[in-house]
Amino acid sequence: MTAAERPWTRKDLLGIAELEPWEIEKVLDTAAAFEEVAHRPIKKVPTLRGKTVVNLFFESSTRTRSSFEIAEKRLSADSLNFSTSSSSLSKGESLVDTALNLQAMAPDLIVIRHAYPGAPHMLARRLAAGVINAGDGAHEHPTQALLDAFTIRQRKGRLAGLRVAIVGDIEHSRVVRSNVHLLTKMGAEVTVAGLRTMMPVAMEALGVRVVHDLDEALDGADVVMMLRIQLERQSRMLFPSIKEYFRLFGLSAERLARAAEDVLVMHPGPMNRGVEIASDVADGPFSVILEQVANGVAVRMAVLYLLSSIHGEAPA
Amino acid sequence: MTDELTPRRTILDRRQIERIVRRMAGEIVERNRGIERLLLVGIRTRGVPLAERLRAEIERMEDHQVPLGVLDITLYRDDLSTIAPQPVVKGTSFPVDIDGWTIVLCDDVLYTGRTVRAALDHLVDWGRPKAVQLAVLVDRGHRELPIQADVVGETVPTRRDEVVEVRFESTDGEELVAIMERPAGRAAAGGSVRSAAGGGGEGGPA
Repeated sequence: MTAAERPWTRKDLLGIAELEPWEIEKVLDTAAAFEEVAHRPIKKVPTLRGKTVVNLFFESSTRTRSSFEIAEKRLSADSLNFSTSSSSLSKGESLVDTALNLQAMAPDLIVIRHAYPGAPHMLARRLAAGVINAGDGAHEHPTQALLDAFTIRQRKGRLAGLRVAIVGDIEHSRVVRSNVHLLTKMGAEVTVAGLRTMMPVAMEALGVRVVHDLDEALDGADVVMMLRIQLERQSRMLFPSIKEYFRLFGLSAERLARAAEDVLVMHPGPMNRGVEIASDVADGPFSVILEQVANGVAVRMAVLYLLSSIHGEAPA
Repeated sequence: MTDELTPRRTILDRRQIERIVRRMAGEIVERNRGIERLLLVGIRTRGVPLAERLRAEIERMEDHQVPLGVLDITLYRDDLSTIAPQPVVKGTSFPVDIDGWTIVLCDDVLYTGRTVRAALDHLVDWGRPKAVQLAVLVDRGHRELPIQADVVGETVPTRRDEVVEVRFESTDGEELVAIMERPAGRAAAGGSVRSAAGGGGEGGPA
């Protein structure tokens, strides 16, 4: 039986760490079938008609939230948005109470972003609805890793054996954790690179090579993923200045020349041009940054579709 | 899943299928007075090899190429909320913009008509064809919707608890149409599982 034919059994998508390689493949194969919906005159299928999806965003997000929202609309689901600025989420209600109130409204799926790692897991245990982690602190962001993998597979035809360099603030990035889990499970060779102040200890334990020099990471790389430098962190003196950071770890066209001839340049967004990536690289011929955004919708449609048929037990 | 079913009797063998496909191809050309802006569309899974066979025959007869599309009705099924896990989505593709084309939908077995209903909804979301016709290899009756085929290979009277199995060389390595018996006591559950796994097939109870 191929990965696509094996039946999906999970109610929730909480992280990549717990997924089997065939489950990752199944999501990517399903996403490939959903891609064409974006190119139709009527960009909508009736598949999730009558299902309710709640988007619960405790942290601000434009890209991820709108990507989920478009995916939900293209599947004909009814979606409901809660964000911190405009609801009781900012009035001191506990997460458990929010969850129980949601449960009473009987949603089918909940998409959650939260500053605390494990918040989606807590909801998943308490709710009959399926829970999709849209980013929990610096822990995981599984749909981002899946859309990155989808983009790489679309361009390269495979993941196994590819040399992938992930560069930037490794410590504070949920994107990097999900990506490291996914890429190593699928047989890619991953190198992470960043300033020592932004590199967690024992990163090697996840099966990756750790370097502190951009050129070393770029050497022969098939894929380069640049991570956003959170400028707000500069106040914590993790790096001396933006200029200095760009000189050390910014991706310029000259430095990119060390990578493979057909290298892919990726960025999960939002980008800081001139900080982690030069404008001419971001807009250059190797960049697939906007493809990542387009693929995000297809991948999220696939996840919503697969999870929507698996129902949990209503908690006592 | 096939091994849960025991073959009861073969209705059509390789030679018979060949002759029937040739006749169906002739009927399609005749009723459309040629093949101008004619698009064959196979419904996954076994409507696709049927469409391919019809295309080969039509192209041989008319000495002109006919485009072929593939339609996956999974996202349009009316039973998605009652079956789990979700059936596999494989995708739809058309070689032309379908506006203004006459589409001949092809499927192996016409049974309840629900697959065809889903296919029609799917087509309408893609564009506005000039006309849509339906060609099936086997019509086994028991319609649940007001849908009829324009071109029928063979009409086969069946019981509801039987399964009509169509096998094509390209998908199954053999060529036949058979009536299969479902083991006693498994009728209801077996039906939905089987059709979920099979994608769009209408052969068995759905």
